[in-house]
Amino acid sequence: MSAALIVRSIGPAAAIQDLGRAGFMSAGLTRGGASDPTALHEGAALLRHAPTCAAVEMAGMGGSFEATADIRIALTGALMDASIDGSNVQWNASHLLPARSVLTIGAARRGSFGYLHVANGFDTPKYLGTRGSHLSAGLGRLVVVGDQLPTCVDTSINVGLHLVPEQRLDGGKVRFIRSMQSDKFDAAMITRFTQTKFRRDPRGNRQGIRMDFEGDGFKANDQLNIVSEVTIAGDIQITGDGTPFVLMHECQTTGGYPRIGTILPADLSKVSQAPIGSTFTFELLTFDEGSAVQARANVVLDKLPKMVKPLLRDVSTIQDLLSYQLISGVVSATAAPLDVDEGNKR
Amino acid sequence: MTEHADPSKTWPQIKTVGLAGIIVTFSAELSEPGNRAAIAFRAAVVALEWPEVEESNSTLVSTFLRIDLSRFRPEPIVERLQGLITSQDWLSAPLPSGRTLWRVPTLFGTDRAPQLAEASELAGRSIADAIADLSTTTMRVLTIGFAPGQPYLGTLPDHWNIPRQTSITPNVPAGSLVTAVSQFCLFPYDTPTGWRHVGATGFLSFRPNSEDPFPLSPGDEMIFDPVSEAEFQRIEGTDQTGNGGAQTEVLT
Repeated sequence: MSAALIVRSIGPAAAIQDLGRAGFMSAGLTRGGASDPTALHEGAALLRHAPTCAAVEMAGMGGSFEATADIRIALTGALMDASIDGSNVQWNASHLLPARSVLTIGAARRGSFGYLHVANGFDTPKYLGTRGSHLSAGLGRLVVVGDQLPTCVDTSINVGLHLVPEQRLDGGKVRFIRSMQSDKFDAAMITRFTQTKFRRDPRGNRQGIRMDFEGDGFKANDQLNIVSEVTIAGDIQITGDGTPFVLMHECQTTGGYPRIGTILPADLSKVSQAPIGSTFTFELLTFDEGSAVQARANVVLDKLPKMVKPLLRDVSTIQDLLSYQLISGVVSATAAPLDVDEGNKR
Repeated sequence: MTEHADPSKTWPQIKTVGLAGIIVTFSAELSEPGNRAAIAFRAAVVALEWPEVEESNSTLVSTFLRIDLSRFRPEPIVERLQGLITSQDWLSAPLPSGRTLWRVPTLFGTDRAPQLAEASELAGRSIADAIADLSTTTMRVLTIGFAPGQPYLGTLPDHWNIPRQTSITPNVPAGSLVTAVSQFCLFPYDTPTGWRHVGATGFLSFRPNSEDPFPLSPGDEMIFDPVSEAEFQRIEGTDQTGNGGAQTEVLT
């Protein structure tokens, strides 16, 4: 029998995720997949497996998981407190989860989606070719207490690696480029859009996230004469009341609202990871700038396996926190408390 | 003023879509030739097997090619697309062959499709004439979208250009045939909708556990044959496939 993780407790919105399923656009099914694909690449680098391997995506809240055999794990994405049989273990790192031990993962302290990876991925059923859940299409389901999540065969014993994650948990500046309907917006309207400070609204799901702001709504010219057209993840759709909605990985394949532009794939995880109330600004790049930024981001993902470093055995959670803050720098250190205040005002 | 009246705009238009691909749009608004062009042009591009194209799609009046534009420059692909566009008059192109005609047993009205009377009144038709319109018009799968496998079907005679409801019906069941703006939708799941519910079918356009999960393709044709309540119940009681008793023919 293969090894498995038995789910002893779980948050309300955890699901098996991978990089999604391409090739079904013409059938009305978008790619879907993990809300933070970068986290899957990081988990893959830590466990030396392919980024296509399936992991458990935990929205906001973790769970507890008992191993039926020795299992190598990695933890990435939103920062959550984690322990194995009561001993704290470091986030953004790989660990051995010994047979019969229990891994406990708490609520997200920063960011929204945490990821639990096992070596070579979970061996759960495939739907239309891959294991990732597409909840809005009814493919797969949420993870529930009592599930036994089988793991793929693993012959390695290599654990104790960590990496410094790309900064993406607190909102901030998001880069976008013009898209096929941007010319329906006046230049002044687009300029005002780039000068507006937005907040992640509580209204949001795997299909789209609403951006709240002060002031007049945004509006396309000829808004009523727009034929429903292809939508892609990252599109910034302006709804009837002038509010932007960022379309996420499980968005529909077409939509009738005008799109002011499209966020670079490299920056989309910033939108999914940002907790409610996080602030955003949108920076417009030219097509060539955006394409170059994305090409560089692709290279960074490809090089992640080389960025992984051995974990010192005695590094505690506190030291991890300090190193993380040093990396994130002054801006996010001040932005994080502000975000909380703004969230409380709502 | 709608875009098609603007002489500075010429059709078709080629545009990039974020870094996700390139779209070719054949007309400013939904039209039969524009939809046919989108379907025919997509078939032509698929047949060419350009290595940059990861997948493709046709929407109401556009063909979309998914291409990673952070890896491939758009200009040479746009040039090839322009060559293909000028190679023939796409607005008079025939639909590709090998499409399917589906005849779907449909229960119009009754408490299983309770808005037939309301929709007929808006269309200015008696119930009998309405059923005749809805069941004898050969409807084309214009595009598939909104939900997996879900067809938008067009088009009914002009008097069926009725608006969507101002309120949303909280739930119509899977297999429901609904209408607005001279079109049908056939829902794969239970869903809320602003379209009026005029028919019930056992035809599921998304069958996740089947070998062919998406039975319909853009360009397919559908006819909704009226059946009695007794016949509909017989089909419901026996069909395990999600096909709802539909018969198919290959269109040449």
